[in-house]
Amino acid sequence: MKKIQLSRAIFLALFVAGSAQAAKTDVTIGMQLEPPNLDPTGGAAAAIDEVVYANVYEGLTRFGPDGSVRPALAKTWEISADGMTYTFSLQEGVAFHNGSSFDADDVKFSIDRAMAEDSTNAQKQLFANIESVENVDGDVVIKLKAADGNLLFNLAWGDAVIVAPEAVENLATAPVGTGPFQFKNWVQGDQVVLEKNPDYWGEPVKLDMATFKFISEPTAAFAAMMAGDLDAFPNYPAPENLAQLEADPRFSVVLGSTEGETILSTNNKQAPLDNVLVRQAIAHAIDRTAIIDGAMYGYGTPIGTHFAPHNPAYVDLTANSNYDPEKSKALLKAAGLPDGFTTTLKLPPPAYARRGGEIIASQLRAVGINVEVSNLEWAQWIEQVFKGKDFGLTIVSHTEPMDIGIYAKPDYYFQYDNAALQAMMKSFNEETDTDKRTGILQEAQQIISADYVNGYLFQLAKTGVASSKLKGLWQNSPTQANDLTGVYWED
Amino acid sequence: MKLRSLLPGAVLVLLFFSSALISYIWTPFDVTLIDIKSRFLAPDATHWLGTDHFGRDMLSMLMVGARTSIAVAFVAVGIGMLFGVPLGLAAAAHRGKFLDEAIMRGNDLVFAFPALLIAIMITAVYGPGALNAIIAIGIFNIPVFARLSRGAALSLWKRDFILAARAAGKGITRISFEHILPNITNLLIVQGTIQFSLGILAEAGLSFVGLGAQPPIPSWGRMLADSQTLIYTEPQLALFPGLAILLTVLGLNLLGDGLRDWLDPRLRRER
Repeated sequence: MKKIQLSRAIFLALFVAGSAQAAKTDVTIGMQLEPPNLDPTGGAAAAIDEVVYANVYEGLTRFGPDGSVRPALAKTWEISADGMTYTFSLQEGVAFHNGSSFDADDVKFSIDRAMAEDSTNAQKQLFANIESVENVDGDVVIKLKAADGNLLFNLAWGDAVIVAPEAVENLATAPVGTGPFQFKNWVQGDQVVLEKNPDYWGEPVKLDMATFKFISEPTAAFAAMMAGDLDAFPNYPAPENLAQLEADPRFSVVLGSTEGETILSTNNKQAPLDNVLVRQAIAHAIDRTAIIDGAMYGYGTPIGTHFAPHNPAYVDLTANSNYDPEKSKALLKAAGLPDGFTTTLKLPPPAYARRGGEIIASQLRAVGINVEVSNLEWAQWIEQVFKGKDFGLTIVSHTEPMDIGIYAKPDYYFQYDNAALQAMMKSFNEETDTDKRTGILQEAQQIISADYVNGYLFQLAKTGVASSKLKGLWQNSPTQANDLTGVYWED
Repeated sequence: MKLRSLLPGAVLVLLFFSSALISYIWTPFDVTLIDIKSRFLAPDATHWLGTDHFGRDMLSMLMVGARTSIAVAFVAVGIGMLFGVPLGLAAAAHRGKFLDEAIMRGNDLVFAFPALLIAIMITAVYGPGALNAIIAIGIFNIPVFARLSRGAALSLWKRDFILAARAAGKGITRISFEHILPNITNLLIVQGTIQFSLGILAEAGLSFVGLGAQPPIPSWGRMLADSQTLIYTEPQLALFPGLAILLTVLGLNLLGDGLRDWLDPRLRRER
C-alpha cells in the first residue's frame, strides 16, 4: 500500500513537473541597450520602442513583421477624394491598462500632444503635415495641410502611439497604453517586466509574462545565452559568436533584414570634406567587403546609397563607389590634396562602428588620408557628433525606416544642403501615386549617391538568436520593435 | 650567489625591452595593415604567433604593444620619481615642520583615492589616449616615491656623516642631494622596478576598458579586450597578450626582488 502511494506520489510529481515545463508561458528577451525612459512619444532611443512597441502601446495603424502598414486601433479608414481628409473608425471595447476606456478623444489628445509646440516627440516631422484632429461622432477625422501619401505609414511609428491622457505625467516610468501587455515593473540597470493584459480587446497573447533584460557586454550576452538565462536575443551584438550558437541544438539563429543603413557619415560643411571630389575619394578608398567580413563576420548587404536593399524602390548604386584606391588617390590629387589630409573619425560603441572604424581608418590611410580615431560613448556621441556637429567622419547605422528624408534637412548632423533634393522630397511627401513616389525615391537615391554625401557601407543584418522552441519572433526588423504578440513556446 | 630571482627577472625584462626596441626599426609585419582575408591564421613559419581578427600579425602586435606598455610605464615612473623624490627629501629635511606636514598630508590625499579610478576619471575628462594614461599613472607614483625617500632620508639625517657635513657648513638642500640622495638610490631603483610593473598593469587595464592608447596603436590591454568574444573559438588571441603581460610583470617583480638582495649592503656582506 505504501509502495503504491509512493509511486503515485512520484508519478504525480513527475507529471506536475512535466506539465509545468510544457506550459511555459513566460519569456526573457535580451537587449543590449537599456531604454532611458519608457515613453516612445518622448524619446528617440530605439530601445524604448524595442520594449513597448506593439506590446504596451498601439497606434491607429501599426507595422507588420514584413513592414506593411496594418490597422491597429483604427478598424478601417476612408480617404477623401482630394487626399486631404482621413476618417478613421476605431476598434470598440478598447480600454487602457489603467481601466479608462479608449475613444476618439484619446486619439485627438495623443496626436495633438505629439504635434504641440512644446512637444518632446523625437519624430515631430511625422505630424508636420497634420492640420487638425477631430472627434466626429466617435470617428477620428484628420485633416491635412496638403495631400500626403505617408500618413498611414507615419501613424504606424512608435512615436505616434496613443497614450492615456490621465497618465501622461508618469509615462516615462509607468507606461499606460492599450496593448496586449501591461507594464509591471522596471528594475533600472537590469530589466523591464511586462505581464499579460487580461482585458485586451484583440486576440489575446499566448505569453503571461515577458521580461526584457539589458546586457550591454557582448561577452556577458553570450554567457547569458549559453547559461539559459535568456530565451532570445533578437539583435545579438556579437556576430563572431553566431556560428557557435548556431551549432548548438538549443538555439536557432535567425537572419533577417533591418532598416539600418550603416554609413560613414561625413560632415559636409567641414573642409576638405565639403569638396565632392574628396568625398568621392573616400568612397573609392573603402572596401565594403572587408568591412562586412571584418566587422560583421559577413552579416550585412553592401549598399551604394541611403536606402534599404529589400525595399522594392531600391536602386543598386554600389558601382558608384567601387573599391579603387588608385582612383581615390587620383581624385585627391584633382582636389588639390596630393598628400592627403587629416580628419577625425568618432566612433560610437557598437561593433559595426568600432571594428568597422579601425578597418576604414586603415583603408583611408592606404590612400594618404590620415584619420584620428576616437571612441565615444553614446552620450558623448550624441553631444559631440549628432548635436555639436564637431566631427569629420563617424560611423552609424540609421535604423529608422524610409529615412532618406534626412538628406533634405540641411541642419541634420551631416549637414547636406541641396535645394534640388529638398524640393524633390517635398514633392514626394505630397505625391500619393505609388509609381510616381517610387520614381522620386529612386531619383533621390541617385542624387545622394552621385554627390557622395556619406560613405555608404552596408545594410545592417538582423542577427537574432532564440531558443529553438520559441516561435513567433520577427525575422526582419522593419521598425525598432520586439513585437511579442505572436510569440509562443512550441511543445 | 643569491641570484635566483635576479637572473630570470633580468632575462624576462631584457626580452621585452629588446623586442620593444627592435619594433622601432623592424617588425615581421606592419601592424597597421589590416588584411581581413588572412585573419585567425594559426601560428606557422610566416606568422609565428598567428594573426588576429583583422589579419594582423600577432607577434608584431605584441612587439609594438610592448613599446606602448613600456613607454607609458617608463614615463609614469619617471614622473613619480621626478616629483616624488625631491618632495620626500624636502619633507625629511624639514622634519616635523609645516612643509613636512603639508607634503605628507598631500601625499595621503592622493594615496586615499583608488589609483585606477582616478586614472579613469582623468581619461574620461580629458579624453582617452596614451598621454593622459601616462599622466594619470604618473600622478599616483608621486606619493610612493615621496614616502619612500622621506622614510629613508629620515634615518640618514641622524647619521654622523650628515652631522659632519652640517658642521662643515653645507645647507640642507645641498646635503639632501649630495649625501642623502646617493645613499637612497638603491631603494629608489628597486621601488622603480616594482612601480614599473604596476604601471604596465595599469596601462593594460586602462587600454582594456578603452581609455589607454587608441587604435591603430597596438596595446596589450586592447588586444585582450578585442579577443573577449572570441575566447571560445580563437583562444590564442587572448592567450598571447595575457602571457606577455604576465611574464613582463613577473620579470619586473623578480628583477626588483633580485636587485634588492643584490644591492643591500648587509646581504652583500654575507655573500
